[in-house]
Amino acid sequence: MFEFSSVDSLKVLSCRTRMTSLPRVLGQEVIAGIFPPTMILFPAVVAQFLTGALFLVGFRRRPNVGAALGLLVLAASAAVVVSRGVGADEPLTETIGWLSTLGFDLAFRLDGFAVLMALIVLVVGFAVLLYSLGYFEHDSTYARFVGLFMAFAGSMTGLVLAADLFTMFVFWELTSICSFLLIGLNDKSESARQSAVRALLTTGAGGLCLLGAVGILQVELGTTAFADLVKLQPVGGVIDAAIVLILLGAFTKSAQFPFHFWLPGAMAAPTPVSAYLHSATMVKAGIVLLARLSPAFGQSNLWRWWVVLAGVATMLIGGWRALRQTDAKLLLAHSTVSQLGLLTVLVGLGWSTALYAGVAHLLAHAVFKVALFLGVGVIDHELGTRDVTKIGTARHRTPLVVVALGAATLSMAGMIPLFGFVTKEKALVALLDAEVGAVGVVALVGVVLGSVLSVAYSVRLLHALVGGADPEPDAGGVDHGGHDPGSPLVRGLLGAPVIAAAAVSLLFGSIAQRVGKWLVSPSTSLDASAKSKLVLWPGINDALVISAIVIVVGSVIGWRAPLAVPPSREKRGSRGERTFDVVYDATLGMAKRLTRITQPGSLPMYVAVTSVIVAAVAAAALIVDGLPAFEGFVSDSPLTIAVTILTIVVSIGVAVVSARFTAAVFLGGVGYGVAVLFLMRGAPDLALTQVLVETLTIVIFLLAMRSMPRSFAPASSWAPAPVRIAVSVAAGVVVPLLVLAVHGARTAPSVAEEYAPRSIDEAGGANLVNVILVDFRGFDTMGEITVLAVAALGVVNLVRVAERHRRVRERTRTAPFRRSAILDELVDRWLSKVAALVALYVTFRGHNAPGGGFAGGLVLGGVFVLQFLTGREPHLRHRPIRRPTTLLGAGLLLALGTTAAPLLVGAAPLESHIWKPHVPLIGEVKIVSSMFFDLGVFMVVVAVVLMMLLSLGARGTSLVGDDGGVAS
Amino acid sequence: MSPALLILIGVLFSVGTYLLMERSLTRVALGVGVLGNAVNLLIVAAGSRPDEAPIIGRSGDLTDPLPQALVLTAIVIGFALLSFVLALAWRNWSISENDEVEDDLEDRAIARRAEWHSKHGDAPHHEDVDQ
Repeated sequence: MFEFSSVDSLKVLSCRTRMTSLPRVLGQEVIAGIFPPTMILFPAVVAQFLTGALFLVGFRRRPNVGAALGLLVLAASAAVVVSRGVGADEPLTETIGWLSTLGFDLAFRLDGFAVLMALIVLVVGFAVLLYSLGYFEHDSTYARFVGLFMAFAGSMTGLVLAADLFTMFVFWELTSICSFLLIGLNDKSESARQSAVRALLTTGAGGLCLLGAVGILQVELGTTAFADLVKLQPVGGVIDAAIVLILLGAFTKSAQFPFHFWLPGAMAAPTPVSAYLHSATMVKAGIVLLARLSPAFGQSNLWRWWVVLAGVATMLIGGWRALRQTDAKLLLAHSTVSQLGLLTVLVGLGWSTALYAGVAHLLAHAVFKVALFLGVGVIDHELGTRDVTKIGTARHRTPLVVVALGAATLSMAGMIPLFGFVTKEKALVALLDAEVGAVGVVALVGVVLGSVLSVAYSVRLLHALVGGADPEPDAGGVDHGGHDPGSPLVRGLLGAPVIAAAAVSLLFGSIAQRVGKWLVSPSTSLDASAKSKLVLWPGINDALVISAIVIVVGSVIGWRAPLAVPPSREKRGSRGERTFDVVYDATLGMAKRLTRITQPGSLPMYVAVTSVIVAAVAAAALIVDGLPAFEGFVSDSPLTIAVTILTIVVSIGVAVVSARFTAAVFLGGVGYGVAVLFLMRGAPDLALTQVLVETLTIVIFLLAMRSMPRSFAPASSWAPAPVRIAVSVAAGVVVPLLVLAVHGARTAPSVAEEYAPRSIDEAGGANLVNVILVDFRGFDTMGEITVLAVAALGVVNLVRVAERHRRVRERTRTAPFRRSAILDELVDRWLSKVAALVALYVTFRGHNAPGGGFAGGLVLGGVFVLQFLTGREPHLRHRPIRRPTTLLGAGLLLALGTTAAPLLVGAAPLESHIWKPHVPLIGEVKIVSSMFFDLGVFMVVVAVVLMMLLSLGARGTSLVGDDGGVAS
Repeated sequence: MSPALLILIGVLFSVGTYLLMERSLTRVALGVGVLGNAVNLLIVAAGSRPDEAPIIGRSGDLTDPLPQALVLTAIVIGFALLSFVLALAWRNWSISENDEVEDDLEDRAIARRAEWHSKHGDAPHHEDVDQ
């Protein structure tokens, strides 16, 4: 029953339909070329993630193997960075296309600054991972740590390698998530969980701001690449908005005032996490962002003032709070906040020498702070305490570590000859020279005051290390439940990174000139003019004098002033934390109250609220834009008017009658009326389908309702009837007005206009509706028949569950339909067979005339209904496919196969082929491959109808066996 | 635009919305059916002119086939959806002898929490009040 073609060409026509280019891209570009042989940075980052994933999802029993593998990967990545980055003439760049049409790709660039930062991330990561081998018990928590640690290392490496703001944003968010999970590593502790949530919400909010900035820059400038931004030097009102968003992102991440509160709370994490994430690397992400963008935006006063004020405030608050801690780890945490403030001022000021000093101090801080954190961790491990009045005894037990700690502390204080001295001198010199007006003065004064505080808290830490000399080993008590000091190996693993980091502080101080040269490339890659040098002994100058005064004043404060806060006051959390909690609780409380008002539990009311809001919004739009013009009306034919009136009457009947069956029949009447209207509007396919569907709908209604009472229960009582009627009338008034507005609003021609000329040649069909369904938009239809299949399976399972329940309670309440012998015979023997042929004919003619798979399937479904109503169970027993579920699957597979088959011959999915073979006696037959797609649709529809009939029509005992098949 | 269809769409939307706000699941199902018809009619009426059926070879202006293709699948999916709702109603009836839409107990629980919250002020935010 194929349409015969009059065209006598035997060639196979093929067409490529519009939507099929995507799978091609997937097949060729992405899969074949994730990593071209030249790529090296992406594989390095991905390897770190893979190692992390490996130990998060499996291998939980062998975390030390994971750590060893992690060390290997970090070392290899560092080797890659050194070999490709150091001394390269032109920075290595790599790009992976992602959303290229929107201008978003993952882009890496290994310039000088990226090399420096990546090495900090990888080398410090290596040291901390080594340390963690000695620090943790080797249990599943450690496995989780290793996994998250490696994932974090990968995120951070990606972040520092990012060539544009978009790529940086992606990795930025990943670091936030890793940080959240690592702070909450001890998930049994409520305070750890709270701190993790605070950190996540704070940095997450900043991440959203950053995303906003990415959007603004991409839309305004068409790029987010750092190099382009520096070149463009963008200014303007919209750019100012982007600046504020970028700064909010940087400040939240790097714990700048007023977002400084989350960082000390993050110290709930184990020592390796604190040392790595919350001191040496992640919190530097904000600094990295500022460093990358200050050459682009640093000349704007908005940027400068925000950066300096936030940085100075953070420096002073952090320093002051560090001075008042009794827990050495918290002292370090607050000192980190303070140092981040200093870095913010230096790199964000937009003055090239200050930028250079900032890059140098960034390195210095990473080195001494990792030594300090890990060293305090060792003391905690030895003594079981971090109380500054008690850690003095540690020098009897781990003298080398204490000496290393002392050296690192001196570096933090900025004492000669350590590296911290060199960089702080450079910072002072840069700020003294800076010609940026009042903001420079504020920065200078702030940095000097901040330095006094940092000397003071460093001296306090030193005091703690050398004082409190009580040789009794148990003097510290065990209030932190310290670990067993353990074997020499463990002590070696713990001590080595501390000593090494302290040694680097000393070494870099003594070879300051050479380190200064190394830092030229990182700084100039940010800002070409940021070229300077470092010296250990600058000679007597203003900066040195200031430093001397700072050191004297700071030492006196740190040594003498009794500033420590009693622990009881600390328990309440800092003011920032309390503010955060108040806001957090208020938000949740407001959400709950809003929920109570808007969602009291009555579902009918929700429908009403939704309808009213939709109607109100639409009405508001109509009022603002003016009512649509009441024009362009056509006069309706008398038949149309008659059908419309009839449909209106019947539809009101659906709402008012109290008898169930009557209401269902009325609903069918509405459907038939609409079908007639479709037919009169030039939509015969719709009319055909609609008539068939309405018939089936009535039957399904009857089946589902036959055991229910004849009449409905009293009407809904959640609101008085006038209210409900008013809501419905509002919906009924607004919608037609919207239709009118939409109807007159079309400006572009319909996409279907280009389908018409292609329909015959490319898709081999004349019925445009059908051609759209099975060819041009075949993917959509594929999705739609899948929905059908899922709905049918849902019906079967709902009924089956109820059946089981019912079978226990009672046998049956519903009477079977009475059998009628003559009709039965007629229907069963002949009608079904003829009907199957007719249905197939309707299906295949659909390509050129009204019909198609949907209509064909419904025709056969209708015959099954007839069989069913005559008391027969419709079945497929004598056909190759016996069960409706099998038919369903086969139909889906056929459609899917037709979709995918062209791939095998190298064409696009759903590409149509037209064969015109010559069949003896009949002549030339035209077969289009999409007919098989329609056949699949047909099978699915038949199966769906059957499944629904058999499920809902079951007579007390199930006709649908436990396997979904038909029982005999 | 045909004024008759416009009025019909309005009436069908009103009736559908009214039925959707009922407690009886069967009436909700009826509402779904009426609304489905209303939306299908809306798409066809708003999206195309009442011209000749879009079959190449017919004389006269062909109407836009795209709304028809959309609505054709919508009709069949609407049938599946309606059957699903009816199966739900049937199941409800079989198990509990009523076919009513019940209140959402989870929402009630949240509302109770909010009451607790407003009574006790700043709650420790990780506490599960319901327990």
